[in-house]
Amino acid sequence: MARQRTAARVPSLDSMLASREMILVAGSGGVGKTTVAAAMGIAAAQRQTGKVLVLTVDPARRLATALGLEAFGNAPKRIDDAALAAAGIELRGELHVAMLDTKAGWDELITRHAPDATTREAVLANPLYRNITSRFVHSHDYLAMEQLHDLHATGDYDLVIVDTPPSRNALTILDAPGRMADFFGSRLLRWLTVPYRSRLFTFASKPFYQVADRVLGSRFLQDVADFFVLFQQMESGFVRRAKEVEALLVDPRTAFVVVSTLEAAPAHEARYLAEALAERKMPLGAIIANRVLPARLAAPAASAAADALAARTGDHSDGALADRVASSLDADAEVVDRVLQRMAVRFDDLSMVAAREADRRSELAALAPVAVDVPWLSGDIHDLAGLAILAGYLRGTAHAPDSGV
Amino acid sequence: MNSLLDLDLVFVTGKGGVGKTTMAAALAEVAARRGQRVLVCEMDAKGALATAFEVSELDFEPTEVEPGLFAMSMSTEESLREYLRLFVKIPFIGRIGPLASTFDFVADAAPGVKEILAVGKLCFEVKERHYDLVVVDAEASGHVISQIGAPKVIAELVQVGVVREQTQWMLDILEDPARTGVVVVTTPEEMPVTESIELLERLRSETGTHPAAVIANRVLPAMFSRAEQPVAASIAGNPESLVAEVGAGAIAVTEASMIIEVRRSIGAGHLDRLREAVAGIDFFTVPELFSRGRGRREVSLVADGLDEELG
Repeated sequence: MARQRTAARVPSLDSMLASREMILVAGSGGVGKTTVAAAMGIAAAQRQTGKVLVLTVDPARRLATALGLEAFGNAPKRIDDAALAAAGIELRGELHVAMLDTKAGWDELITRHAPDATTREAVLANPLYRNITSRFVHSHDYLAMEQLHDLHATGDYDLVIVDTPPSRNALTILDAPGRMADFFGSRLLRWLTVPYRSRLFTFASKPFYQVADRVLGSRFLQDVADFFVLFQQMESGFVRRAKEVEALLVDPRTAFVVVSTLEAAPAHEARYLAEALAERKMPLGAIIANRVLPARLAAPAASAAADALAARTGDHSDGALADRVASSLDADAEVVDRVLQRMAVRFDDLSMVAAREADRRSELAALAPVAVDVPWLSGDIHDLAGLAILAGYLRGTAHAPDSGV
Repeated sequence: MNSLLDLDLVFVTGKGGVGKTTMAAALAEVAARRGQRVLVCEMDAKGALATAFEVSELDFEPTEVEPGLFAMSMSTEESLREYLRLFVKIPFIGRIGPLASTFDFVADAAPGVKEILAVGKLCFEVKERHYDLVVVDAEASGHVISQIGAPKVIAELVQVGVVREQTQWMLDILEDPARTGVVVVTTPEEMPVTESIELLERLRSETGTHPAAVIANRVLPAMFSRAEQPVAASIAGNPESLVAEVGAGAIAVTEASMIIEVRRSIGAGHLDRLREAVAGIDFFTVPELFSRGRGRREVSLVADGLDEELG
C-alpha cells in the first residue's frame, strides 16, 4: 500500500522527482528496476512541465515495445502524445526514452577521446579492442555513468532517470568511474606500455617476464601492449571525464533510488546497497518496495478465518458451510467444499510469506528518507497503461485495492 | 541413472537471483546421496555457497561439507600457483614475489586469462578423476559465456606459449557432451526466462559446450483444477457469504488463493515459452518452497525436489 502523505513538509518521491536533476535507480536483478524507472519518468512528467529522460538498459521486450524502443541506439526518443493519450496518460511535461548500447557507447568514447584520426582508427581496428573493453573495469557500469554525465551536461533535460545495469553486486557501478581513473594511473598500464624490448632487459621485471612469456606467449603480450600504448594517448580525456562522472554521483542534485522486492535475497542486497551509499556519501533519496503483498494477509483475523474454514470443510465437515456458500453463488456444493478446503490449507503458505515480507519492509523503510510501497499487481507490466498505474503508486495518488486482484 | 548425473563437469548458471547457488549445492547433494564423490565450486567468491552449506568460509582447498561432498571457492591466484607448479615447472616460484601484485595485473587486462585459470582448475580435477562429478556454481548468465568460452578465445588469440598448448585438452573435456554440460536455472518469470533463452543461444553460437538441462525453480503448483477455477474466482469475487460464516478474515484468505493462482498462471505462460524454445533439452521443475529457510535446510529441500525430478 502506498503510504499516505498528508503534509507537504513530509518528503515524498513526488517532491524528489521535482527537485533533483538526476536519479539513479539501483537494485538487484529481477526486482522490476526498469519498470519502476520508466514509471518514475511518467510520474515526473505528470507532475510538472519540462523534459524528462529515462535511460534504460536491456528492458524486457514487451516493455521496450511499449516505450517505442524497438531498435538499440543511444539517441533519445520522445514518446508521442498519441500513444500516451491512448493509454489514458496526460503529461504536463515531455517524456523521452533512450536505451543504452554498450558497444556503440565504447566506440563513441574512443572517438571522443582519441587525439587524432590515426589513433582512433588504430584502436577501433585493434583485434583486442572489443575483447578488452568488454572485460575490464566493468565497462558496462562505467558507460552508464558516462552517458548520464553526457545527457545531463547537454542541459537538454530537466530530469534524467537512469536505470542502472543489472549487476549482481550493485556496488560496482558506484566505483566504476574511480576504477577507470585508477586504471590509467596504474602500474599495470605503465608496465604494459613500456616498450617491449626495454621491458625484456629490465632486471627487476625479469623473473616476472619469464613467467609471463612462458605462460602467455610473447606475441600475445605484445598485442596487449600495442593496444594499451594506443589507449594511453587518451588518458587525459578519460581521467578528466571519470572524475567528472564521479563528482556527479555525490552531487546534491543527484539522488539514488533503491528498488527491491521483499524476498530475502533482493532485500538483503538493497540493505547492503543503502549502507554502501551512505559510506560513500552518495545521496539515497528513496527505497521502493516492489510487489508488496497486502498487509492483511498477515493479519490474525485472516489466520483465524483460515483455521475456521479448514475445520468446517473437507473430511471433518458436515457440508453445511459449503452448502450455504454454494447456494449464495449458485455453484456445486461439493466443488465449493473442495475449493474452500484448499484455500484454507494453502493460506498458510502465502500468509507466512506476507508476514516475513512485512518485517523486511520495515527494515528497508528505515534506511531512506522516503519509502514507497508498490503493491503486487497481477501480471507483468508491459504497456504504458500499466506504467501509469505504477506511476500512481509512486506519486502516492493511487492506493492498493482493498480486496481481490 | 539420469544423464545429468553421468556427466563429469556441470556448470550451473542463470540470471542473478533465481537460486543458482542453491541449485548447484542441491545438485551436488543429490549426486552425493547417490554415492558419488562430488566437488562443488563457487566461482565468484561471494560466499553464497558457504552460506548454503552453513560453513564459515570456503577456500581453494576443498572442504568436505557432507560425506562425499566437497566444496571449494575459486581463487585465480591459487589456481595460477598450482598451475605453475604442475605444468610450467618454473623453479624459484618464491622469487617471483607475491603473485597477486605481479602476474595478477596482466591477467586482469588480458582477455580470458583469469577465466582460463579458473576453468582450467575445474578441467584439471575432471582430467585427474579426483571426483565422480564436479558441479560449478558458475557466474550469472551475463558472464558465464566468457568463462566457459575462455579456452576457445585463448586458442584463437594466443599464438604460442604454455597457455595455448594447455587449451586443447581443456576443450576436449569442455566440448564433449558426454562429459560436460551446462544447466540453466530460471524462475517462471519474464526476464529470467528471456535471459535463459538468450543464454542457450549464445552457448550454442559462441562455445562448443553443450546444454545439459534447464531447471525451472520456484514453480507454483496449481491450486485448483480447471473445473474448480471459476468457482474459486466466484467465491473470491463475492466473499460476503463466506464472511458471514467465518469472519472478515475470509477476504484475505480468498485473496491469497487468487494471488497464488494468478502468479502461477503467469509463470506457466513463461514456462511454456521456455519449453518451446529449449525443445530437446531436459527440462526439470522444482517447486516453490514456501517455508524455506536458508542454508542446509533449503539445499536439502531443493535436493529432494530435484532428486524426484531426476528419477
